[in-house]
Amino acid sequence: MTDIILEARNLTKEFKGFVAVRDVNLQVRRGTIHALIGPNGAGKSTVFNLLTKFLAPTHGQILYDGRDITAMKPADVALMGLVRSFQISAVFPHLSVLENVRVALQRPLGTSFHFWKSGSTLHDLHGRALDLIEAVNLTPWAHHTAAELPYGRKRALEIATTLALDPEVMLLDEPLAGMGHEDIERTAALIKRVSADRTVLMVEHNLSVVAHLSDTITVLRRGEILAEGPYEVVSKNAQVMEAYMGTGHA
Amino acid sequence: MTSQIGAETGVEAGVRAPAGTGARTPLLVGAGLLLAVAAPFALYPVFLMKVLCFALFACAFNLLIGFAGLMSFGHAAFFGTAAYVAAHAAKAWALPPELAVLAATLVAAALGLVFGAIAIRRQGIYFAMITLALSQMIYFLALQLPFTHGEDGIQAVPRGMLFGVIDLMDPLAMYYSVLAVFLAGFALVWRAVNSPFGQVLKAIRENEPRAISLGYRTERYKLLAFVLSAALAGLAGATKALVFQLASLTDVTWQMSGEVVLMTLLGGMGTLFGPVVGAALVVTLESYLAATSLPVPVVIGCIFVVCVLVFRRGIVGELLARWPK
Repeated sequence: MTDIILEARNLTKEFKGFVAVRDVNLQVRRGTIHALIGPNGAGKSTVFNLLTKFLAPTHGQILYDGRDITAMKPADVALMGLVRSFQISAVFPHLSVLENVRVALQRPLGTSFHFWKSGSTLHDLHGRALDLIEAVNLTPWAHHTAAELPYGRKRALEIATTLALDPEVMLLDEPLAGMGHEDIERTAALIKRVSADRTVLMVEHNLSVVAHLSDTITVLRRGEILAEGPYEVVSKNAQVMEAYMGTGHA
Repeated sequence: MTSQIGAETGVEAGVRAPAGTGARTPLLVGAGLLLAVAAPFALYPVFLMKVLCFALFACAFNLLIGFAGLMSFGHAAFFGTAAYVAAHAAKAWALPPELAVLAATLVAAALGLVFGAIAIRRQGIYFAMITLALSQMIYFLALQLPFTHGEDGIQAVPRGMLFGVIDLMDPLAMYYSVLAVFLAGFALVWRAVNSPFGQVLKAIRENEPRAISLGYRTERYKLLAFVLSAALAGLAGATKALVFQLASLTDVTWQMSGEVVLMTLLGGMGTLFGPVVGAALVVTLESYLAATSLPVPVVIGCIFVVCVLVFRRGIVGELLARWPK
């Protein structure tokens, strides 16, 4: 057991000569909420995709719980407990809310290839699925299709689905983006609540929304780390303030 | 990643098909069964058997496009190969019909495993083009290999004695055997779609990156769907070879691959009954128009264009979407 659950060493990603991420060293401590922020084009999402293996790095190494996962496939990383969400809400739009969560729960049953088995064998999972749905306040929508949910509720469903895997590390890609005030508060509280027994790494555009939620904030700009530390330190950093001038934050 | 054709062309109607039809389903199925049992006394059995074979073929294709979001443009390879294998097994090896059909289905499944392993690495139009290219190779083989008899095909295939007791030369015996094959194939599709596997397949169709992020190795699920679809297409082709006592190049042409796309889209992709309706419609039109002086491909082409423009979900898909829930 190391204190560092997720680590990036000299992570670099080039796209045809353009360096999207340059020499990023990142350490995420176990049990913390860690935010990765930065203005548009700072390389946040690229770092995120690299960490979850949806992109392969040009150089560098990724370690998860002390193990090198640089060469692994995204589905295998997910099975190890490193589960991500997506920037554009990642639900299964034409499945019901219940089925969305159930898909995440059904894999451990080991019947996912059983095409001859009745779908009713999945009904045993409904109790746990409904508990998770309740945890994100979606109970009234349980039998609606995910496509019918308003945007903020879709993000909540996504978190419930991610939680269904009981991940060691949850990686949330802009979980608060595009939400109204009320949703932001509810979702931030939810993230805080679910982080109790796991690690959360989230990407956010705005410094202010993650201020009181995160233990550590890493600021990226043009693919490089600009500053790192708790909000009080990062927000007073002159370079960070400069980087955020254009967006009117910090 | 969302560029899979199935996801783009509106499979939404089908997702609700099992739930949306609710209590009416047993009634509809019962009525359909009665009709199917009574049909050969009113209609020409060979025509009905043709409808059933193509309906099964379209159901197999629909399993892939409607529920896995994979658009194959080479399904004639499985249909045609199985037809040749069944015809050869029944004629040259004198196998009984049940073994000839079984062997042909297994060959189609094996071919599906090979094609699938190659094609599922790509998505959307690339997937379709790979399947088309592979099926054209099969066409070439069917033209060149000695046992297929080139342009002549394998003719006068004996239907034989089913299980050694039922003489399939009797049109009614043949019809009910084909009906049983169709129902078994249809039941398998129904079960697969509503199984734990079907759930994962739908999730992959809806959002593949998300399914991967939940720990599913999606390519394996797509491959299994491909093999199942190929096997069922083969079952349809083998049955057709016995019905017409003929396996010919027509069964492996790319036009045959196109025809099954047409049937499925017309009837309603991603719905269980859509492909059956689509196949019945196309086969009926073809046989009735053949007796007139109208150019068949032009008429069917026009109907297809109108269908796609007016009701994108296909006939059954549109009915389900408009039916009060």
